[in-house]
Amino acid sequence: MSRYFTQDHEWIQVDGDTATVGITTYAQSQLGDIVFVETPDAGKTVAKGDDAAVVESVKAASDVYAPASGTVVEGNPALADNPALVNEDPEGEGWFFKLTLSNAAEVEALMDEAAYKDFVAGL
Amino acid sequence: MSQDVQEPEAEALVPELLPLVAWHRARGGRMVPFAGYEMPVQYEGIMAEHLWTREHAGLFDVSHMGQLLFSGADVDAQLETLLPGDIKGLTAGRMRYSLLLADNGGIHDDLMVTRLGGDNAFEIDAGAFYMVVNGATKWDDLGVFREALPDEVVINHLDEQALLALQGPEAVTALERVVPGVASLVFMTAAAFEWQGNPLWVSRSGYTGEDGFEISVPGDAAEAFAEALCAQSEVKPIGLGARDSLRLEAGLPLYGHDLDLDTNPVAADLGFALSKRRREEGGFPGAEAILADRANGSATKRVGLIVEGRQPVREGATVVDDSGAQIGTVTSGGFAPSVQKPIAMAYVPAALATPGTRVTLSQRGKTHIAEVTSMPFVPHRYVRKGA
Repeated sequence: MSRYFTQDHEWIQVDGDTATVGITTYAQSQLGDIVFVETPDAGKTVAKGDDAAVVESVKAASDVYAPASGTVVEGNPALADNPALVNEDPEGEGWFFKLTLSNAAEVEALMDEAAYKDFVAGL
Repeated sequence: MSQDVQEPEAEALVPELLPLVAWHRARGGRMVPFAGYEMPVQYEGIMAEHLWTREHAGLFDVSHMGQLLFSGADVDAQLETLLPGDIKGLTAGRMRYSLLLADNGGIHDDLMVTRLGGDNAFEIDAGAFYMVVNGATKWDDLGVFREALPDEVVINHLDEQALLALQGPEAVTALERVVPGVASLVFMTAAAFEWQGNPLWVSRSGYTGEDGFEISVPGDAAEAFAEALCAQSEVKPIGLGARDSLRLEAGLPLYGHDLDLDTNPVAADLGFALSKRRREEGGFPGAEAILADRANGSATKRVGLIVEGRQPVREGATVVDDSGAQIGTVTSGGFAPSVQKPIAMAYVPAALATPGTRVTLSQRGKTHIAEVTSMPFVPHRYVRKGA
């Protein structure tokens, strides 16, 4: 299993041809208190870079992009009642959705953890 | 991930520095450009700061706001040519919410105006007025006042004064400990005090719906004074983000969002700012149009909305009819930390302004159902005379 990161602060954990997507610790700290998350429905197909989910903090609404192309398996059902889970555990229990990847090679273009850490340090 | 709603008022101007900017940074404030300055949007988090203020006491730096003094012969009568409130009737140490009106009845700004007695912090004669106007509009306001008022009226912009607001149910306990005597003030009164040799002008007022105070302090003493307040166990510094969510829950309009040159006081549901004598006498800008609206009802009205579900509906969303055509506009909105629901303010056709009416909102291609509700969303807890 390996985890990749985008310049838009999503993470994607890949396990064979399935993947889990969320937003990073840095992203949630920038957003502040998260009050609403809209995750995609199962069966929806997304292309890399498409708007896939919405996250809203007290101050702002943001789109979450699909880091890779595929078909949504499920959105995280826990976020509807407890969006603050994204603040509490953004890279774990606060995941947004799971995908079946249509082109697993796409993630190779993303950053690994060390590269993302450097990227954030430079912001 | 991308943010498609900007943080407050991002501007390209090089920010001027306010007296407390270093203090905010040292305290961990997240600074953003606001009204031409750098201001803290939050410290530990908007939600926690909001709830702390409702339960304890929050210290807000509002030094970006304009503090003005007006003096000279018949200054009260002169101010009444621009404001629809009973300014002549204000006695020393009493204050009033008022509006700087445009000739069409639109609103240049909303403001607080206080008549000063001889004992004031500004070394000015009794009978002068102290006014606090919005930060983003203060330069335009000064232009309007200078243009409209005769030379006999002297305007001083107190640009070296800081302004702090201490708000919340424990504000009185904390401030009384630092500045003995302030507990004797009641809502919408003000008086001069002193702290470590510095003159303070303290009013019992604010914009959160809570009991609290606003304190004008010389800029060079602001940091030490803010530190002394935050040394009280009841007090934490609070950013602009929570100031916005608190005033929204309190049903208080924010200039530039809920009020502007195209809204008139009747539509804005600010009829209380039109004092009785002034309604009878007229003589303020736009009086004819405003009084006609007051008599006949305005076409639209500012209302409160409670939105179904959890998703915030924000400024810029539209109110739509059954066919999807726009019939109104959301002017403020967000998730309300004390209400635990998304709430909003909107202008809707007068026929839809009755509490209980259900309306449809549209935001980024998605519709939301909301119910018109009376404001405030959270009861005001002002400490009034005799209370």
